[in-house]
Amino acid sequence: MDYHFMREFADSWGLLFLALFFVGVVIFAFRPGSKKQAEDAANIPLKDDERP
Amino acid sequence: MNEPQARTAYYHDTVVRQFSLMAVVWGVVGMLVGVIVALQLAFPDLNIEPWFNFGRMRPLHTSAVVFAFGGNALIATSFYVVQRTSRARLFGGDLAWFVFWGYQLFIVMAATGYLLGITQSREYAEPEWYVDLWLTVVWVAYLLVFLGTILKRKEPHIYVANWFYLSFIVTIAMLHIVNNLAIPVSFLGSKSYSAFSGVQDALTQWWYGHNAVGFFLTAGFLGMMYYFVPKQANRPVYSYRLSIVHFWALIFLYIWAGPHHLHYTALPDWAQTLGMVFSIMLWMPSWGGMINGLMTLSGAWDKIRTDPIIRMMVMAIAFYGMSTFEGPMMSIKSVNSLSHYTDWTIGHVHSGALGWVGMITFGALYYMVPKLWHRERMYSMRMITWHFWLATLGLVVYAAVMWVAGIQQGLMWREYDEQGFLVYSFAESVAAMFPYYVVRATGGLLYLVGALIMAYNVTMTILGHQREEEAIGGASPAPAPNLQPAQ
Repeated sequence: MDYHFMREFADSWGLLFLALFFVGVVIFAFRPGSKKQAEDAANIPLKDDERP
Repeated sequence: MNEPQARTAYYHDTVVRQFSLMAVVWGVVGMLVGVIVALQLAFPDLNIEPWFNFGRMRPLHTSAVVFAFGGNALIATSFYVVQRTSRARLFGGDLAWFVFWGYQLFIVMAATGYLLGITQSREYAEPEWYVDLWLTVVWVAYLLVFLGTILKRKEPHIYVANWFYLSFIVTIAMLHIVNNLAIPVSFLGSKSYSAFSGVQDALTQWWYGHNAVGFFLTAGFLGMMYYFVPKQANRPVYSYRLSIVHFWALIFLYIWAGPHHLHYTALPDWAQTLGMVFSIMLWMPSWGGMINGLMTLSGAWDKIRTDPIIRMMVMAIAFYGMSTFEGPMMSIKSVNSLSHYTDWTIGHVHSGALGWVGMITFGALYYMVPKLWHRERMYSMRMITWHFWLATLGLVVYAAVMWVAGIQQGLMWREYDEQGFLVYSFAESVAAMFPYYVVRATGGLLYLVGALIMAYNVTMTILGHQREEEAIGGASPAPAPNLQPAQ
């Protein structure tokens, strides 16, 4: 686990993992059928805030 | 009188009240110290040796406004928001009170230490090892309370504001621990030395320093934006899916941007370029988030005219957009070669701090205070309008004069004559700053006066008064019949 190993790992698999994770997030957020769910989530703060 | 209390007893709000009050108190203190240090730069005779000279007062100002004002506001709003969006009472019972007293003790220990000359000289991480250890304990307790509340939530979905708050808490813990790794010189002494040395030490510090901006002053306050703007506007956030992309893009990119503080230093070139590239990529999430915040008002733009709290929040989001445009621009190496070490940087920080952080906090406090103390509204809406204009004028004056000052400094430092000699000595560039420093102090004073008006307004609201007043600009026309859009 020396510097060069970590540097190589960060440049290759680490970078690939983070990039794919992010692409996955975007695809998941905009997947078909997510619109309804997103609208429900967006309304969470607007429900009554004095008691649950 | 007991009825409203009983109605809200479900949520643990007394601790939120205390944090909110301390945010107001520390805000006034921190901004006052800011005006004093600004005047010390213009009039060096105001440096009172040894406790009140600029070198000791400056970290007092930055820590007071960032960690005391901003920190108390973040903890207050995070506790307020997480309970309401999770529909669960704060986890951990009295642990929240430990977080409150522990955090205030941290602030007092840090502040008194600075004035006594105890500092490890790391920007925004000046407190010495014993204060750092204490803050670690308090911060873990804060994480437990917040995360525990999320885990016992009754709402299936974790609202996006909580994601931002949680990333702020977790990342600050990581940054704080790594950057403050240090070996005390003696068991009972306050002095310690960093575990890192040379350029590694510098990079660790700016990995911390920039992400303190990214996760403390940005992610945390975005949590505020994603709850309080929809509440005050009474409409859901423009695009919830955009807010999710905003979140992940922001936290993936921000963490790499720190090296832009070390352009043209001993730091390897590739690391400097990496910091610059990631800073520029930050334009996308920043502007995505700004658009998301502003467009939440679409269809309700008239509220900017009629509601001074909304106006404050809109100004905050506008300054979020402006300072996150300016920042990446300044991280470009060729721009940085002009702007670095000049007052342009100070102006940039303040357009973010006074414009974004300050304004969104004021907006959140004006929303929260009447709710927390069961008042119909703030004591005076006119005073909020006054606060808005004083703060806006103050920060525009501040930022504009620091642009001029910074660019002049940068140009003076790089001015060569035909024989290759520097035209100006450093002292000449200092002397040239005098008028700008006076104007800057004036801008800061306006901002401070606005904060004092808020403190008075908050006090009167809590005492239960309501000012008899008309809206500024005369009486509003008879209220239009309350038209509701078709459901």
